[in-house]
Amino acid sequence: MKQLDIDLVRKDFPILGRRVHEKPLIYLDNAATSQKPTAVIDALRDYYTQSNANIHRGVHLLSEEATAAYENVREISRDFLGASESREIVFVRGTTEAINLVAQAYARPRLQAGDEILISHMEHHSNIVPWQILCQQTGALLRVAPITDEGELDIAGFEQLLGPKTKFVSLVHVSNALGTINPVKSLVAKAKAQGVPVLLDGAQAAPHIAIDVQDIDCDFYTLSGHKVYGPTGIGVLYGRESLLEEMEPYQGGGEMILSVSFEKTTYNKIPHKFEAGTPNIAGTVGLGAALQYVNLMGIDSIAAHEHELLTYATEQVQQVPGIKIIGTAREKAGVLSFVLDGVHPHDVGTILDQEGIAVRTGHHCAQPVMDRFGIPATTRASFAVYNTRAEIDRLMAALDRVRDIFS
Amino acid sequence: MSDLRELYQEVILDHTKRPRNFGPLEEATGRANGANPLCGDVIAVYLEVVGDTVKNIRFAGAGCAISTASASLMTETLKGKTIEEAQVIFDCFHDTVTSSPDTEVDLAGLGKLAVLAGVREFPMRVKCASLAWHTMRAALDGENDTVTTE
Repeated sequence: MKQLDIDLVRKDFPILGRRVHEKPLIYLDNAATSQKPTAVIDALRDYYTQSNANIHRGVHLLSEEATAAYENVREISRDFLGASESREIVFVRGTTEAINLVAQAYARPRLQAGDEILISHMEHHSNIVPWQILCQQTGALLRVAPITDEGELDIAGFEQLLGPKTKFVSLVHVSNALGTINPVKSLVAKAKAQGVPVLLDGAQAAPHIAIDVQDIDCDFYTLSGHKVYGPTGIGVLYGRESLLEEMEPYQGGGEMILSVSFEKTTYNKIPHKFEAGTPNIAGTVGLGAALQYVNLMGIDSIAAHEHELLTYATEQVQQVPGIKIIGTAREKAGVLSFVLDGVHPHDVGTILDQEGIAVRTGHHCAQPVMDRFGIPATTRASFAVYNTRAEIDRLMAALDRVRDIFS
Repeated sequence: MSDLRELYQEVILDHTKRPRNFGPLEEATGRANGANPLCGDVIAVYLEVVGDTVKNIRFAGAGCAISTASASLMTETLKGKTIEEAQVIFDCFHDTVTSSPDTEVDLAGLGKLAVLAGVREFPMRVKCASLAWHTMRAALDGENDTVTTE
């Protein structure tokens, strides 16, 4: 594993050169969205200036180039996720759309009233609401595995809820609000032992840790491009081939068909069956550049750097009087959430912003997590490969200023 | 940095730490709930209106410094005012915090609420300052739905 030169890495991200309120930008809101390297920005520009055309139909050169570029990203994504076949890679808008797709196109026709879907208490709203909608449609019931005070999944509680009525399990790989890395391989094994298919929400995992869907043995896996240095509006759904094959389409339209008449429509093969309409071609090309950028640095090198940052930031924050870290799991990635006695996270966020520091404050689209810890919101610093110890030192100085103002 | 001190003035911090008229009002003739879904702030405003006068007003809930101070200052300001006066103050306050920082505002008409005018410099925080006020107006109007800032 190579050691990254972070000063060099930072030069790849043009936005890191800008100033905010006359201070150098310190971007610690990476769990919301990451910044984009020049490689991604250039890929978008090159696509639009050189190859822009619709895919899979034109016989002209540009269409051929655009189609090749688009399908090449399917191969890059397959490799990134460790899938065996590129036809198991479906392009979607993001993790939210991927989960809705699986809920509607896989789970819905297979559920009956009284069946159960099992999620956990640390899910993002996007891995809660699609299942609630599905429950309303089918009469199925949503079961929620508990989490501990440290923000780890309560494994015994999970096992207890995983029963004969469980027809689907959907879990987050890395929690966006707590940073917890779930032991997904063993959780999937438990579900598979009962014949229950599993979806993993990898939106927060993809930027931080290596993913191998064959090793994990999950049935569905999702990521959002914009959280892994790619553009917004593009994401990946991995689906096990046998399951994708037996699923009905999610949306109808162009591209997902082989032939259409008013009497009968024949659907296209997977994965195209799930990609109705002209897709986000430019975004897909940008996603490919982003994943290649991650590969170039090495996900293990990224993980090592971020782990060191998280450890350092955790040590520093623990020394601040009146601060409580929310989410102290043994295995964490990328996220430091905390509350400060007597100061609302929104006020923390405003004061940090004046120091040029971007953090997220609020419930992080995970209100049940906030309820679990009896708080309305947290301040969340989340890290990417381009963050530095010096930036964490400035975060600490800014937190001193918060305490000073509110003392 | 002067902007921050402008936002977090002593008066605001004082009202945040020791909110006035805090807690339910048993004699309330009207109440409404307010929520800022973006940050999770929740507030309830209780009004006791006798004739056309706000005889008493209290609030409860949890929020940031700006929303708590704004609610606390609001209750101090509106207690004893007529409904018509309350509407005028609402309009004046609302116009001030939503105005562009470049424009002149009549701070004198706001009395002690003038300390909240600094919110104008922080567009992301205007909703924090106005939540209590929208909730108060819903309580006056007898609306039962939760008011949101969205």
